[in-house]
Amino acid sequence: MASITFIDFQGEKRTVEGKNGQSVMEAAVGNSIPGIDADCGGACACATCHVYVNEEFLGKLQPQDEMELSMLEFAENVETNSRLACQIKVTDELDGLTVTTPESQH
Amino acid sequence: MGVPIPQTVVIVGGGQAGAQAAISLRQAGYEGNLKIFSDENYLPYQRPPLSKAYLKGDFEKERLFLKPANWYLENNIELELQSKITKIDRRERSVLCQNGSAVTYDALILATGSRPRPLPVSGSDLENIFDLREIEDADLIRSNATPGKHLLIVGGGYIGLEAATTAKRLGLEVTIVEMEERVLQRVTAPVISDFFTKVHEKHGVRILTNTRLDHLEGKDGVVSTAIFADGTEIPCDLVLVGIGIIPNTELASESGLACDNGILVDKDARTDDPRVFAIGDVANRPLIHYGRRGRLESVHNAIEQGKLAAAAILGTPRPTEDCPWFWSDQFNIKLQIVGFSQGYDEYVIRGEEEKNKFAVFYLKNGHLISTDAINAPAEFLVSKKLIISGVNVVSSELEDITIPMKDILGRYTH
Repeated sequence: MASITFIDFQGEKRTVEGKNGQSVMEAAVGNSIPGIDADCGGACACATCHVYVNEEFLGKLQPQDEMELSMLEFAENVETNSRLACQIKVTDELDGLTVTTPESQH
Repeated sequence: MGVPIPQTVVIVGGGQAGAQAAISLRQAGYEGNLKIFSDENYLPYQRPPLSKAYLKGDFEKERLFLKPANWYLENNIELELQSKITKIDRRERSVLCQNGSAVTYDALILATGSRPRPLPVSGSDLENIFDLREIEDADLIRSNATPGKHLLIVGGGYIGLEAATTAKRLGLEVTIVEMEERVLQRVTAPVISDFFTKVHEKHGVRILTNTRLDHLEGKDGVVSTAIFADGTEIPCDLVLVGIGIIPNTELASESGLACDNGILVDKDARTDDPRVFAIGDVANRPLIHYGRRGRLESVHNAIEQGKLAAAAILGTPRPTEDCPWFWSDQFNIKLQIVGFSQGYDEYVIRGEEEKNKFAVFYLKNGHLISTDAINAPAEFLVSKKLIISGVNVVSSELEDITIPMKDILGRYTH
């Protein structure tokens, strides 16, 4: 279990519980977090779950695979802390994770 | 425009499209009555994993649900499961439930989906013959999928190829029988069909093309043998039928709505009755990037049309229409498709087939109309932008792997 906070582009915070094994995208969609559409349901096929990860957690995430890197390369307003939320698996270690959703997804 | 906001919106169908319409209506602040009638046993769910991770047993049922049960309560949505609508009375503006009660609407969204095309051969009523569209279908197939059994898949389309992948991983013997001369004939060009044939054969799937199933025979009521038109026979313990779908247009056509391979709708997903909308698999819609109409069977389409109908009902600006896209996962391959390749006059290949990473670009009159991307998301995403922008492209640049896709995009768009 991990408590995950989503911050939208206007600064509004929403905190949800993510279950181990779930993806951060699934935790967001199940709790109706705005700005994460996840049209493909987590197949890494659509890049509609782009988030900015709080720097201190970047090192705790599994590295990006080639597919995620390529998808992100063409997402809008990509930063060094950009990830696809569907590719981040929830673990106990991620308790307190904070991610920000980009304005373009709202 | 001064569109009056309806007091009650009724959605018939609880699949991806119907759920999306409800989600979009509430997200946009709609506060009126919202009712969903679904004839399924489960909360609205995503179907793509049914032939993949869910079928394999790697994915819990709860993860299929698009929204948890409490979301419908919190959002004041009346979700009636196992509830079939039998009639639409457009004059009275009501739908009739199976139990005889009538429910009135101010706006009606038909998201009735589609059903698997039945196998038109004798013996198709034997046991151990399955479709794959609903959760129960996947559960039933998995509970019968013991290693070593022989699965015959009728139809070499996406469902068949994805199910073949999963079945091999579950340890089954798999044969695909396809009437046409190649798999995926209806949806891709020969180069992609050949590629997937090789991938499947490498993993031990037997593919029989140009082969028509004549009939099935059984033992004690359970399927045991498939007999082909040329007289050859193969033994089988299980049969999966994946030969396409039929849109569920009956409710609409019986109520007098215009239908032609689906319920005819305009750019707003509106039928010829201004209070009635149709979305998802069942809708025949304008394809703005292609100057024609079509009926799409995809997640992208279900979501987009759910959003379009919600916006039209609320009188908010129409969401931008994306170029239709699809995906499929088979063995170690992710196929991403954008657009429709039918009618291409040229194609070029970028990358190497042998490395399982390449893309096929289809052009017509110098415009990109479609791309099949094999483990090549950059090619997929750039193609989508190039098709939408409608620019003329130079095929020799597309196939030149020394030019990064990002640069190709930069050359044509600003």
